[in-house]
Amino acid sequence: MSGAAGATERWRAWLTSEAPVSVRQARLGEIYRLVTAFIGHPLAVAGLAVVLLLALVAMLAPLIAPFPPAAQDLTIRLHPPGAAHWLGTDELGRDILSRLLHGARITLGIVALVTAIAAPIGLAVGCAAGYARGWVDAALMRLTDVFLALPRLILALAFVAALGPGIGNAALAIALVAWPPYARIARAETLALRGSDFIAAAQLAGASSSRIVFRHIMPLCLASVVVRVSLDMAGVILVAAGLGFLGLGAQPPAPEWGAMIAAGRKYMLDQWWVAAMPGIAIAVASLGFNLLGDGLRDVLDPKR
Amino acid sequence: MPASRSIDRHAGVYLRLVASVLLTLFGLLLATFLIARVVPIDPVLAVVGDRASAETYQRVRTELGLDQPIYVQFYRYVAMVLHGDFGRSVLTRNLVVEDIARFLPATVELATLATLLGVVLGIPAGVVAAARQGRWPDHLVRVLGLLGYSVPVFWLGLMSLLLFYAELGWAAGPGRLDIFLEDAVAPVTGLILIDSALAGDVAVFRSALAHLALPAGVLGYFSLAYISRMTRSFMLEQLGQEYIITARAKGLSEWRVLWRHAFGNVLVPLVTVIALSYASLLEGSVLTETVFSWPGIGSYITGSLLNIDMNAVLGGTLVVGAIFIGLNLLSDLLYRWLDPRTR
Repeated sequence: MSGAAGATERWRAWLTSEAPVSVRQARLGEIYRLVTAFIGHPLAVAGLAVVLLLALVAMLAPLIAPFPPAAQDLTIRLHPPGAAHWLGTDELGRDILSRLLHGARITLGIVALVTAIAAPIGLAVGCAAGYARGWVDAALMRLTDVFLALPRLILALAFVAALGPGIGNAALAIALVAWPPYARIARAETLALRGSDFIAAAQLAGASSSRIVFRHIMPLCLASVVVRVSLDMAGVILVAAGLGFLGLGAQPPAPEWGAMIAAGRKYMLDQWWVAAMPGIAIAVASLGFNLLGDGLRDVLDPKR
Repeated sequence: MPASRSIDRHAGVYLRLVASVLLTLFGLLLATFLIARVVPIDPVLAVVGDRASAETYQRVRTELGLDQPIYVQFYRYVAMVLHGDFGRSVLTRNLVVEDIARFLPATVELATLATLLGVVLGIPAGVVAAARQGRWPDHLVRVLGLLGYSVPVFWLGLMSLLLFYAELGWAAGPGRLDIFLEDAVAPVTGLILIDSALAGDVAVFRSALAHLALPAGVLGYFSLAYISRMTRSFMLEQLGQEYIITARAKGLSEWRVLWRHAFGNVLVPLVTVIALSYASLLEGSVLTETVFSWPGIGSYITGSLLNIDMNAVLGGTLVVGAIFIGLNLLSDLLYRWLDPRTR
């Protein structure tokens, strides 16, 4: 017993050492510091738990859902929550719980799609601006400022209206208005990096500008952009649900949470659960991302 | 010499501000123009119909200026917009400008009342939370704030209608007025509260207030969540400063330290927060107004969206966007005016 405790103690001393002797020790020590700081935030851990649960539900939806999401049974339309259907049934007799579980896939899918489009745009614009400086920088940053100053929700709505409703177009529209903050962050990181010795070494070795930006600078900017993206996830979930609610996102019969609220609206006065349950799912999902984001911000930026 | 140089410096600052606002407006025009290009509908076919001859098609195409290069088309678009011509709505058959002029006051009335609620409740809540950091008022404000950032606004609107209108009967239902009171007061400002007060019509005023209560309460909650959270963090920053310790050491009452010393310094950044909150409520009206059948610009835009009435959508986007940019400019100017360090 005491041997194990002693080993743990030695590990901790090694990890928290003031003078790490190797790069690996320094990196692991940094990770250890961040993880312990993160665990010190109970709310952040709760947020992480919600997000992980959401991901798990999305992956296992067909296995854990009691019914198929599209299985209609008109004999049990609009049944209240009960033993067979824990959260009740909707206007076509479909099990609401099963639809919510499958809806997690759509919500996380949109979030992933928005990230996959917005983060690379932001990275490319920001790193290019920061590395090139001069008029390229000025032009790209003006563009970023203009996008930042425009009303994002309304522009996204107009984009979807023009492109046509659907999950892909909704994600594209959200991404098109979401990238400017990422460009700002990537630029700031690039400005800090571009004077480093290893960049000078790469330049001396004859690397082209695009190679330096793509291979040396961008990978190092990725971490802070990803953190910032995770802070925005809750907002993305809300906008996506709003688009779904207006009929511009996922189309029926897809079990998208916002669209489910819109469908349940007609029956709200007598069968409240049809519209109420999906709203709770949206709130829980975005609360999870909010808590996680707040915790991450506290851990990574102790100043605030 | 120094005086004239300082005037030069000021002129430079304001010129830069004006230039950035103009650039942003240009970006807004470009964005709406490009969105209109993306729409997969042939604008010529929409005018002439499927069975028109090739000659008619060509003639209308020339009339609409679609045979011109894209930059000429953009130039024409900008000229039209600057003349206040957003085209005609397919849905209402009115000029989009007239539609917007009719719908905008309802949105302004709602957003103004909601922001007032957010300011009146949110600022004291934020100050108290900062003063009692880590105790229950602080936790309450943080929970309210977190929920405000997590709950979808349209869902909260529906649930509030269910609870306070359908179940409890405390508030009036959707719409701006009871049906039999509509058109009872001639619109002067378009803001029913002010119009009915001017006309001295108590029944209309009360009905309008009862209908405003729920949507303004729901939107006001989101404003409160934002304003109280920002007030709290600004106050915490001030309360950690040395002049606060000095003030306390001098034996000033806690009330005086909080409201005169710390809050005085928080006021300037708060002005920006309030302006941003107002701007986001105007934008958020798109989702709220549909829920409450509120006949504002948000309902107008969403109604047009679903019918691909692009003139109306883009007109609404331009107007809301311009107001949004204007509010940002206003908060910038107020900041410069209120904070002596920027002079």
